[in-house]
Parts: sequence; structure tokens; C-alpha cells
Amino acid sequence: MNEMTKPVPATRPEDWASDQEVRWCPGCGDYAILKAVQRTMPELGARPETTVFISGIGCSSRFPYYMETYGFHTIHGRAPAIATGVKLANPELDVWIVTGDGDGLSIGGNHMLHLLRRNLDCQVLLFNNEIYGLTKGQYSPTSRVGTRSPSTPWGSVERPVFPCEFALGAGARFIARVIDTAQKQMPDVLKRAYRHKGTSFVEIYQNCVVYNDGVFEDFTDKRNAANTQIWLEHGKPMLFANGTKGLAVNRETLRMEVVDTSDGDLSRVTVHDETNKAIAKMLVSMRFPEFPVALGVIFCDPRPNFGEALERQKTEHTQGLVADLDALLRKGPSWEVRPQDAGPA
Amino acid sequence: MATLAQAPAGDASGQPGLDPHADHVVVRFAGDSGDGMQLTGGQFTISTALAGNDLATFPDFPAEIRAPQGTLFGVSAFQIHFGSSRIDTAGDQPDVLVAMNPAALKVNLKDLRVGGMIIADSGEFGERNLKKAGYETNPLEDGSLAKYQLLAFDISRQTLEAVKEFGLGNKDALRCKNMWTLGLALWMFGRPRKPVIDWLTRKFGPNALLRDANIAALNAGHAYGETAELSGPLKQFRVAPAAVEPGFYRTVTGAEALSLGLVAGAKLAGLPLFFGGYPITPASSLLHALARLKEYDVTTFQAEDEIAAICAAIGASYAGSLGVTSSSGPGIALKTEAMGLAVMTELPLVIVNSQRGGPSTGLPTKTEQSDLYQAVYGRNGDTPMPVIAARSPSDCFEVAIEACRLALMFMTPVMLLTDGYIANAAEPWRVPKVEDFPPIPVRFHTEVPAEGHINPYARDPETLRRIWIRPGTPGLTHRIGGIEKSYATGNIDYSPENHQKMTDTRKAKVDGIARYIPAQRVELGEETGDLAVVGWGSTFGPIRQAVARCRARGIRVSHIHLRHLWPLPANLGALLAGFRRVLVPEMNTGQLKTLLRDQYLVDARPFSKVSGQPFRIAEIEAAIEGMLAH
Repeated sequence: MNEMTKPVPATRPEDWASDQEVRWCPGCGDYAILKAVQRTMPELGARPETTVFISGIGCSSRFPYYMETYGFHTIHGRAPAIATGVKLANPELDVWIVTGDGDGLSIGGNHMLHLLRRNLDCQVLLFNNEIYGLTKGQYSPTSRVGTRSPSTPWGSVERPVFPCEFALGAGARFIARVIDTAQKQMPDVLKRAYRHKGTSFVEIYQNCVVYNDGVFEDFTDKRNAANTQIWLEHGKPMLFANGTKGLAVNRETLRMEVVDTSDGDLSRVTVHDETNKAIAKMLVSMRFPEFPVALGVIFCDPRPNFGEALERQKTEHTQGLVADLDALLRKGPSWEVRPQDAGPA
Repeated sequence: MATLAQAPAGDASGQPGLDPHADHVVVRFAGDSGDGMQLTGGQFTISTALAGNDLATFPDFPAEIRAPQGTLFGVSAFQIHFGSSRIDTAGDQPDVLVAMNPAALKVNLKDLRVGGMIIADSGEFGERNLKKAGYETNPLEDGSLAKYQLLAFDISRQTLEAVKEFGLGNKDALRCKNMWTLGLALWMFGRPRKPVIDWLTRKFGPNALLRDANIAALNAGHAYGETAELSGPLKQFRVAPAAVEPGFYRTVTGAEALSLGLVAGAKLAGLPLFFGGYPITPASSLLHALARLKEYDVTTFQAEDEIAAICAAIGASYAGSLGVTSSSGPGIALKTEAMGLAVMTELPLVIVNSQRGGPSTGLPTKTEQSDLYQAVYGRNGDTPMPVIAARSPSDCFEVAIEACRLALMFMTPVMLLTDGYIANAAEPWRVPKVEDFPPIPVRFHTEVPAEGHINPYARDPETLRRIWIRPGTPGLTHRIGGIEKSYATGNIDYSPENHQKMTDTRKAKVDGIARYIPAQRVELGEETGDLAVVGWGSTFGPIRQAVARCRARGIRVSHIHLRHLWPLPANLGALLAGFRRVLVPEMNTGQLKTLLRDQYLVDARPFSKVSGQPFRIAEIEAAIEGMLAH
């Protein structure tokens, strides 16, 4: 890693684009996300050679091929487990996990749970399109009840999992949410995720033009976005609809409610405290259209991360110990047979 | 050679009794799973090793942690075979059976040599325990044990008396029974008590009461032997030390030797060791052992499941460590897809399989070697992977180093097969020096190509190993993954000719390992003859002894024991062709037999045992004779 200490020229977005032809469907939301990530990387001060993108299987998991960094396109659902080995083996690497709703919350749900609980220092970009794209359109664990698909011709009957709610329940210390087309806001969210030391969980609503086109349109349509989205800012009152509406915690019902602020009275509006888990719980439980969709950094309350905790413990317990392997081999009940004791073997 | 039961006895049983000058003895301690028989056996083993005997052990315990007391399925046993000459197995039949209750007697009696000695705790042979074990009458009193030398005395009461002064509750006091019994056993075979006393002092540490009670019980058992000798049939035996090669020795279990070998392998390669594991019987002991060796540049990770354990190890190898994962059959099955990824991305990885009885959950605590097909063939696609196997607890050390060597030299996952018997059994080990082993050369690629992109699949023309690039290396960013990659560039490539070429290359690389492993030698006997007995893994001991006995009777039989199972040693086909017949004893229904038939068109015949118990020497002897009888 000595090379890292030498002054290196700043990178440009194009330095982060690999020479591989991008193979997503025309119009796929993945393009916008790729572009935003490539655009943000120089601003993070990150280096391509110390950056690793790790993915599972699915459309989103092709992402690493298009980044001019180290990349590992692994197997279905297992990116968090592979990433754990990578980061523990070399803590100096910046590890990004790219996954989807099926990869990250169905086949890989167990790994996601434990990644978040352990708080490995890495970024998770979960592209949620509420459908299985690469296998041609089956309903996914985030699909809404009634989703018609080749495997649910009469509509799905399962209740979906809500990624941010899942992450919060799993013990995530950083949770954010964005929309693929939110090119203005996405870099800021990515920067916050990158700077957070621990697992940064970012759900990205991503439109699948072929199998689930327009599924998020009700709240992503820019013409009505002011009324359907609330962009959170730490320490600021939670307002939307151009300041005419706000979110307030009802102290009696302990529920979030939408209040009218058109008269300019913000006294009832709750100020966003991203370190407050109770508020985070309410924000991730809000369902559209009863509520606007909460976007931006929903929760950020750092705790020691997995690698750091392991390292600290290792330092504590191995201090002063000499790693003498020959002595280790001889440890325990032992005896010496001298040549004069020995007969023919 | 004289054995304990061959000498005529002068006692009332009229059966051949025990010879006080026997040169080898088999003792089995059996009791309830809560009776501490494994501890008793383990401590007796250490004392025996320190006395200079060669030895082999066989711990045999139920899957239940604390099965209901006094039941047949709750019986736990520990067998030790020790002697003044070379010992290869834990012994076919015990000469001495220590039975702590009726269930232990019932389960183990059928194995006892006729004329052998039973030491029974008569205090446990009350009506309730007899009934639980299914005895209508008390076997200690009804004459049904006349074929044996029976020594029944109230160990429970003796123990209670010995520890009375410490004021323990009845339950705690009775838990000292195993130390009383161990004291008696130490006296019987003239072993010093000091190593056990030292161990008790370490074990109980600040709890002086339990320490002193246990030591008092140990001393009382020992004293009982001394006193009883004057008046009764209890005799002391003197088994002379074995003549062994000079050197520094210790006792070692397979799991211990494996952990040490993996640490040594990583050190010889100059790499950090990353171990990903998930608790499973009988493989967990490896995770436990390595978790305590962090100062040796070891990271252990108890993953959320078997899949995560291997994936994390693959991730660590990708990042430049030596990744290792371990499990037993069912867990190995879960890791299968990830093994394919390691083959496809050509990353070094050691996968340890401590085999147990299968299929499915099978027999968690019993031994079997039925995962050979799984190891050699058990993956989707054409997914070749080297497979090697350990033959004994101490052999695990060298085999672990060999697994690391192959993984790093060829950039490939390697499956190391051991089994429940090897993992738990102990034997003396002549401790080598790490410097006795050649270093394992490892080179991380750092050269940036003059133009264009690096091809991560660029290969060494001799070994076909691909280059290993650590993330963090400037100028060499690249992407790997499970999708087929171009031979020439490393980019995604589904083209027919490329997949053919990459499949052929992966196969040629693993096949080529045969050029870098030692030629197969004959363990015992000539290189040609009437019969080759071919084995692998933990059947080594019984096969060797059986072949030795048959050879002593003039049979032209040889023993060949394989360490490298895939690829097989280059000379094996020619070697087998020198024998009229080939017999393959295995603790499965004939898996190596299939492999040999497939590779060499040789008429290898199976000899199969899948009872969860190791082979007896006599069983293999009979199979050899049967094979040559017609």
C-alpha cells in the first residue's frame, strides 16, 4: 500500500468507467445509478486501485464490470459474505456491495441480516425494482401484493419486505434511500454512505423498463415530486409540498402524521434527528400514498464496525505474545525420546 | 506377541485371563455421557504417552450432549490401545472394560474379549438402572459374566467416602467418580498420577474445593488398587515402553494437528490465514483451535452459515490471504456452489471436510468416509478440484501443509478429507520443525502491462496457474467472477470456442498436478503380488495391521494407501497392474473402488463397512483371505 502515500492526481468520472460495453436494457434505471456513482467517486477522494465492487447475481450485479476498479461478480446472494472476507483480509480497501431486491433480500437475505448486524465497514447499494429482471420477470420479495408475473399469473399473495425497515430491524447504523433518477441528490447520499464507518445501507428505487415499468411512477414523477417525496435533512423540520406540509410525531398515538403547515406554523413539525431510531422506525414504516416517501439519510448513528472491533480485540489479547510456531507445535503433554532410549523403530 | 487375554488364568472363570506381562493392552472406559469418560480417557492417554507406550485411541460418544441418565443411547465410551510395539489401531477388542453403569456394560460387553476383565461400579447396578438398561436380573450376580474376569465394587460409595471431608453435595461428590476410576486405572498400569494432578490443578484453578476433591478421588482409586492387590484378583500390569525413533513427542488429535498444519502452511507461504467456519460436528474443533491462535496471523470468522463461511474465505483469498473453510458432509454440500466459484475464479482455498456418517444429518458423531464422490465429482459443471486425505491424527499436519501448497501453487480450491475418527482420536506425534518443510513460493503480480489491460487469467505455461493480483495494486484493476471469462483477456466471453478452451485448461491444470505430487509407494509389501489392498484416510491402521498379519502367514499381499485422491498419482495405474487382484476396504459402499475402476479399468473389489465404527483388523484380514480363497 506504499503507493497510496505518494501524491496521486485527482481522478475524473471517466477514469472510473471501464472499457466494457454496458449490457443493460435501453432505458434501464441502472444507467443513471452507474453514472451517478462514476460521477461521485472523484469527489470522495477514492482511488480505483483501492476500490472493490462486489456483487451477487442479477441485473444490478453486472455493475462491477462497468467500473474501472477491482471487481468481483460472485454468486447469487453471497456478495455480503465475500465482502466480509475481502474487508477483513485488507481493511484498507473501500468495499462496495451492489445487489438487488432478489439477490439481497431473498436468496441472500440471511447474509444481508448478518452484514448489517456485524456492521462491516462497507457500502451496500440495493437496487430495488420489485421484480426479478434477469430471470424474466417473476415477482420478487419486495413486489407488492397482487403483482402479476409469470410465476404468479393471478397476482402474488405474499406481503413484501420493505428494505429499509428490514435494515433497521437487522441493526443497520446507516440507512438511506434515493431514486435512480435523482441525479442531484444521489451524490450527496453516496458521499454520506462512503464516509460512514460501518455498513451503509442505501436503497435505490430503480425502474425496470421491461418487467415492472413505472412501478414507482406515482411518487417518482417529477411533476408531482414535491407532494410525494420528502427529502430529509438532519436538524431540519421534516417538510414537503413546498413547505405546506410537514411530518409530526403524534405524542399520544406514537405515530407519524402529516400536518398542514401552510399557515407557516412549524411548531408541531418534528425535526429530523438521524440518530433517533424511533423516528427512523416511523420513517421507514410510512407507506405511500398515505405518506410521502422518505428519501435521503433516514438513520445514521455510528457504532464500532466489525473489522475495527476484531482488530482491537486481537491487539489486546495478543500483545506481548511471541508467535513461535515451533514452540506451539511442542505445546502440551510431551516427552523426549533420546537416542539411547530408542530401539529399532 | 503376548496379549492380555491369551495367557491362561488361574481364576474361577476357567477362561484365559490377563497376562501381567502383555506387550499391548486395549482398555475401554464406558459410562453415561455425563460421567466424564472422554476426560478420563484423555487423561489416561496422556499418562500412557508419557510412560513411553505407543498408542491409538477411539473416542465414541453419542450426539446428545446429556442424554437421559442410565439409558443405552446415552452411553459414551473411550477406547485406548497401547503397547510396547507399534500400534496402528485403537484395537479390535477391549481386554479391559470399565463399565460405570448397567447401560455401559450392556452396550459394550459384546466387544469384550472372552476372558477379558470387567471393572464395574456395583453401586450403579440398582433396580432402576438395571431396568433402564433392559436387564431382568443383575449381571454382576447372576453368573452371566462367567466368561470374563469380573471385578465389581462400589465405586460410587468409595468416591463418596473419599471426598466426604470436602462437604460437597451428593451430585457434585459423585461427579468425582471418573477420577476415582482413573486413579485405579493408573495404578493398574503403573502410571504416575502427577500429570493428572497437574491437569486438575490447571482445570479447576481457583476452585480449590473441586480441585482437592477430584485429587482425593484420584488418590483413593489408586490406593484401592494397591490395597486390593494384596487380597484379591486385581493385578498390576507392566507394559514396557515402545521402541520408537528418537525425538520430541507429544500427543495430538487430528483436529489439533490440522490446525497446526494450516498455520504452518500459511507461514511457509508467508501469508495471513483466514478461516471461515460454521459450527458443525465433528468439524468445530478446528474452528475452536484456530480461534486461539490469532497471534500467528490467523483470522477466524464464525459465519452465519456454511455458505457465508466459504464465501468469506474466498473473499479473503481474493484479497491476498490464504482462505480456509471447514465443515462436515451436510455443510460441505451447502458450500458446493461457492466451490464452483473458487474453481471458476481460480483462487486458492483449502476446504476441510471432517466426514461423518451420512446421508443428510446421518450420524453426527460417528465416522464414515462416504464423501469421496462428493469431493471428486460433486459440483455442477466440469469443475475439477484436487482432493487429498489424511490417514491418521498426526498425518493431518503434513496433509494440511500439502493442501496449502497445492492451493497456492495451482491457484485452486483443494478439498482435504479427514473424518470424525481422525478428528477426535489421539496418538503420539514426533514433532517436526517447521523449517523441515520447503517454503511455499507465492508471488503477487504487480507488473503493469505496457499497453492495454491486464489479463487476470494470464497463466504460467508449466503449471497453468493464473496470476494472483491483490486488490490495492495500482494499474491492475480488473474484474473476475463466476461467468465464463475470455482466455485471452479475462473479459466476459460466452463464445463456444472460448468455453471449450477454458474448460480444457481448467481440467489440464488439475490433471497436471499429478506431475507435482510424489509417486505412489507401497506401504507394506512388494510392488507386485497376488493382492493389493488399496485404502485412503483413516482405514490406514486396520489395513496395515491386517496386511502385516496376512503377510506373516505367507500371503502375497501389499498395502497401498493413497494421500492424493484427485488427481491420482501418475504411477498408480501401472502399480495396480502388477497385482493379480485389488481390494478396496472403505467406510462407504465403494467410492474409491469406482474411482479406480473408472481411471484404470481395473477390477477393484469393494469391502465396505458403514456402521459408524472403524474397521477391525480381523474384518479386513478375513476379507483378504476371502478374496484369495477363490
